[in-house]
Amino acid sequence: MQGDANDRELEHSFLRRIGEEQKIEPKDWMPEAYRQSLLRQISQHAHSEVIGMQPEGNYLTRAPSLRRKAVLLAKVQDEAGHGLYLYSAAETLGTPRSEMIAALQSGAAKYASIFNYPAQTWGDVGAIGWLVDGAAIVNQVSLQRTSYGPYARGMVRICKEESFHQRQGYEIMLMLAQGSAAQRRMAQDSLNRFYWPALMMFGPTDSASAHSARAMQWKIKRETNDELRQKFIDQTVPQIEFLGLQHPDPEICWNAERNHYDHGEIDWDEFYAVINGNGHCNRQRLAHHIRAHRAGAWVRDAVAAHQQKLAQRTAAAT
Amino acid sequence: MSEDDLQQATLELALRLGDDALVLGQRLSEWVSNAPYLEEDIACANVALDFIGRARMYYGYAAELAADGRCEDDFAYLRSEREFHNYLILELPRGDFAFTQVRQLLVDLYNSGFLAQLCRSRDATLAAIAAKAMKETRYHLRRSREWVVRLGDGTEESKRRTQQALEELWGYTHELFEPDTLEQQLAQAGIGVDTRMLKAHWQQELEALAREAGLHLPQNDWAVRGGRTGYHTENLGHLLMELQSIHRAYPGCQW
Amino acid sequence: MADSQLELFEVFIRSKRGLDHKHVGSLHAQDHAQALEYARDCYTRRSEGVSIWVVKSSDICASQEEDSECFFDPSDDKPYRLAGYYRLPDPVDNM
Ligand SMILES: [Fe+2]
Ligand SMILES: [Fe+2]
Repeated sequence: MQGDANDRELEHSFLRRIGEEQKIEPKDWMPEAYRQSLLRQISQHAHSEVIGMQPEGNYLTRAPSLRRKAVLLAKVQDEAGHGLYLYSAAETLGTPRSEMIAALQSGAAKYASIFNYPAQTWGDVGAIGWLVDGAAIVNQVSLQRTSYGPYARGMVRICKEESFHQRQGYEIMLMLAQGSAAQRRMAQDSLNRFYWPALMMFGPTDSASAHSARAMQWKIKRETNDELRQKFIDQTVPQIEFLGLQHPDPEICWNAERNHYDHGEIDWDEFYAVINGNGHCNRQRLAHHIRAHRAGAWVRDAVAAHQQKLAQRTAAAT
Repeated sequence: MSEDDLQQATLELALRLGDDALVLGQRLSEWVSNAPYLEEDIACANVALDFIGRARMYYGYAAELAADGRCEDDFAYLRSEREFHNYLILELPRGDFAFTQVRQLLVDLYNSGFLAQLCRSRDATLAAIAAKAMKETRYHLRRSREWVVRLGDGTEESKRRTQQALEELWGYTHELFEPDTLEQQLAQAGIGVDTRMLKAHWQQELEALAREAGLHLPQNDWAVRGGRTGYHTENLGHLLMELQSIHRAYPGCQW
Repeated sequence: MADSQLELFEVFIRSKRGLDHKHVGSLHAQDHAQALEYARDCYTRRSEGVSIWVVKSSDICASQEEDSECFFDPSDDKPYRLAGYYRLPDPVDNM
């Protein structure tokens, strides 16, 4: 009984903190559902950064100039860094990274569905940096104000690094758009294939989003899926125009009343199909992660064994 | 050697060093998303980036010396197997993590001796590149040393893999210390490095490290050579095929 | 067999001379030496630092939330420790 009253009081002060825009920190009391919801979102975000290394990583050995190779290597490395920052934020909730990785590999935890699309051409490397990182940035900028301190701080750090990602992607597109006829075709084709999936990155429309309402109330999420998606659509129109490419959405049209672009319907069947395992790369991405992780098991074991030996030697010497 | 010949030889040296850096950087970049854990993905990428950067500096200098309109990418993307003059050890497939770290150790140790000398080159550009590269290599060597000790002194399996890597790589190390006429002439001219001088110290350091790691240096003396003359293993063709594929598929394009 | 998990370290970075070390995140490593190197690789890719500290996460002793009332509230009623508490006569506008 007394426990209940105490919990209510704790919950009350938790909600007051959230209401006053104070951050929640690792040692603070928090409702179990908040912790679970955070863990789900942060670990999913971390997995996305890590799985997201694969489509572009696939071009590290083929980048068409040395400058591009260096830039792409730095970019993909950053994504690994982002994965690290986010695992690090999630670990403050008391779950070790190995557990999160096990959940990813068993399919219990998800990652962003966009990475199940294949990076088929060099143009896709441009489109991914420009559109996929671009969409991620819109989301991440908003998350800098998320209520959980370590997550918010991770986002600040990540956002600082992200803008170079989008710029290098756009620069690739620009070079292609201003290049030969074949390069132009490559750019248009990549834009066509990545535009819609990038819009889907913001998740289902608000009315259909399972986790959205609660996450908004707890200020884990700060803006709704549709608000963020609209921002991205609006900012992308002039960028496509400048490239001189055709907009993939024939219905895109400025609405002066709303002060936003109206746009065509997103193919949600495709969205759910890819989420449910029917993307080109779902199996490939997980298999790659599992293969690398297994291949590294003996190295991790060796590190642990070496550390143990050192400790024993120190103990024996004293 | 006339000044002209000297310049031609320096150009050739810059290309060789560029090839060394590019080929190893390419191999290292293959670890990104394949490393044993995330911190290593990031660390391997850093080392790879250093080598790609180094390749660009050497090729950039080669382009300057060639002064015929070619740029770094022409050297990297438009030369074929026979024209690449990197050491063979660098083109071998990345293998397992022990193979990669043992190769790094052998090469980092060689590089630290080599760059220390090249820093004193009377060619100011080479000396400047070497000074920058030396800082990077000091860190690379620290990493590869620690990894080889860790793996040698870890589990039975890690020790076996590390010793095996050493055996597999050993025969490719000899040519590092066998300068050809061009390299000897450049060394005499105070521009290049006589790598014969580096071997004793290299071997000594390696022996000490092997003891610490519980490994032994191979005694057998098989040797494969040919990198500096473009006589490569079959691996380089595949590496270049991949590296150059997009660039060559769209001739004359900007990226 | 359970997956070997390396030790968790917290990373602190001094971004430039004259500033404090600031907590930036954590990482996994075998020991302090490797943690320092990974901190360099993972947290200073853009010249963010001139000095790094790493501390085993398990070595950090943190104040508990249930103690926060008795730890921190008592200083709330001592405004006289702050300069703003004192009103200076106008002619002496700076002190
Ligand atoms: Fe990222
Ligand atoms: Fe990114």
